[in-house]
Amino acid sequence: MPTVTYVQPDGSQQTITTACATSVMQAALAHRIPGIIGECGGAATCGTCHVYLDRSSESFLPPSEDEEAMLEWTAAPRTAASRLSCQLRPSDNAAQLVVRVPEEQQ
Amino acid sequence: MRDGIVVVGGGHAGVQTVDALRERGYSGPLTLVCGEARLPYNRPPVSKELLDPATDPTPAPLRAASFYRDNGITVVPAAALGIDRGTRTVHISGGMAARYDHLVLATGARARTLPLPGAALPNVLTLRTAQDAHALRERLHAGTRVVVLGGGFIGLEVASAARRVDAQVVLLERGPQLLGRAVSEPTAARIAEHHRADGVRLGLGEQVCGFATDGSRVTAVRTGSGRLVSADVVVVGIGAVAEDRLAHEAGLPVQQGILVDQWLATADPRISAIGDCAVVREPLTGTTTRLESVQNASDQARYVAEQLTGGTSRPYRALPWFWSDQGALRFQMVQRIASYDRTVSSGQSVLRFEGGLLTGVESLNDPSTHQAARRLLQRATPSLAELAAVDHDIRVLARQAARARQVVA
Repeated sequence: MPTVTYVQPDGSQQTITTACATSVMQAALAHRIPGIIGECGGAATCGTCHVYLDRSSESFLPPSEDEEAMLEWTAAPRTAASRLSCQLRPSDNAAQLVVRVPEEQQ
Repeated sequence: MRDGIVVVGGGHAGVQTVDALRERGYSGPLTLVCGEARLPYNRPPVSKELLDPATDPTPAPLRAASFYRDNGITVVPAAALGIDRGTRTVHISGGMAARYDHLVLATGARARTLPLPGAALPNVLTLRTAQDAHALRERLHAGTRVVVLGGGFIGLEVASAARRVDAQVVLLERGPQLLGRAVSEPTAARIAEHHRADGVRLGLGEQVCGFATDGSRVTAVRTGSGRLVSADVVVVGIGAVAEDRLAHEAGLPVQQGILVDQWLATADPRISAIGDCAVVREPLTGTTTRLESVQNASDQARYVAEQLTGGTSRPYRALPWFWSDQGALRFQMVQRIASYDRTVSSGQSVLRFEGGLLTGVESLNDPSTHQAARRLLQRATPSLAELAAVDHDIRVLARQAARARQVVA
């Protein structure tokens, strides 16, 4: 099962075991990870599931055009590591991801 | 609080309420009464992905079962039958009851039906739940003759889903444009163009006046202009009716929805109403607003949770936004207020103004402009002149505002 580690702005972290095809956003909501809202349910239309993908054993496709457009307007600064976590769906059963949760989402 | 908080309704509003209450540290008893047998699920896909035969017919739950268990939230998969305000009790089907210190009504809305003979026949469908989506997708096949009644968001999303499987689609809308007054004329015209190009036959200004039936199913839809449109399936998408029965029977004021004040409280201070079922009344003007959107449900839920945990005394206020996916078309809208006296087209978006101030932005496949408008309108209300100075490209103003904030910070 893939694992995702969520690192909070204060440095605290939580590692959870998730399932393939479950997005990093959905996994965060299921475990009430603070700072990830995911209001639109994964349609890449609200921009409230922004994370910094710091490390990943699985490589993901670069952001789509729509995701790019949303990332320009994230509440916290955009970096090269910025992703919408609803678009990150591990497909490797052994995937290990570390994502940083930004200071603000809205 | 000893009896705790009871939330009625398993949509986005109900789930967000219990989530936000626990997030804010509320540790008392918490019960979520949801009328459907399955765990609360993500609603927007009901009229989109869930209609696609290639997708998993099981809707994605909003939260996993472990979420409710780990956070001490009792989920009751049964319908609330009545509220006894005297004893602060919600009666639930199956002989159950839940006592409350505070009750949050998040009962949502149901599909409006047509009061015409034949409307109850099995091939006349409405769309509100995952079960409805399942019933509809079972009937959608290549060549199926689908008649969609109503050119609102649900009707248009259904039309796109039906075209995806190569069904024949006729959409009848009684008004002169799609989407009624929800969007401006230029946007409605572009959306109509998209659907025509997608192969949908649009009948604007066509009132439905009856059904032809063979006794067991509807065979055609009869319009006011005398047309008879053959149908294998009829989908009625003529809007939704707020679920306000519980409140009404408990003696609370309703007005096509549960009437609440600016603090989202009903006439009973121990009962709040949020989401699709709630009608917010402005005290000074008397104007009422009822919104059907994920944003409204979520923002109102977080607000009520904040209030119940002692966090706020300010009136509810949020910037409404909305989206609709119709095949390859993504419509997005943000609006401070619904009114406008002037529109200006800017690329794939339409800016709406009233009294020279921006009131809202409608975007078609232009998420960048939509998101920029949301960012900007959260903090400022740009004027027509300010926007004209940047060629009506709201992204330029939003970038300027973001830079200015960084400088101040």
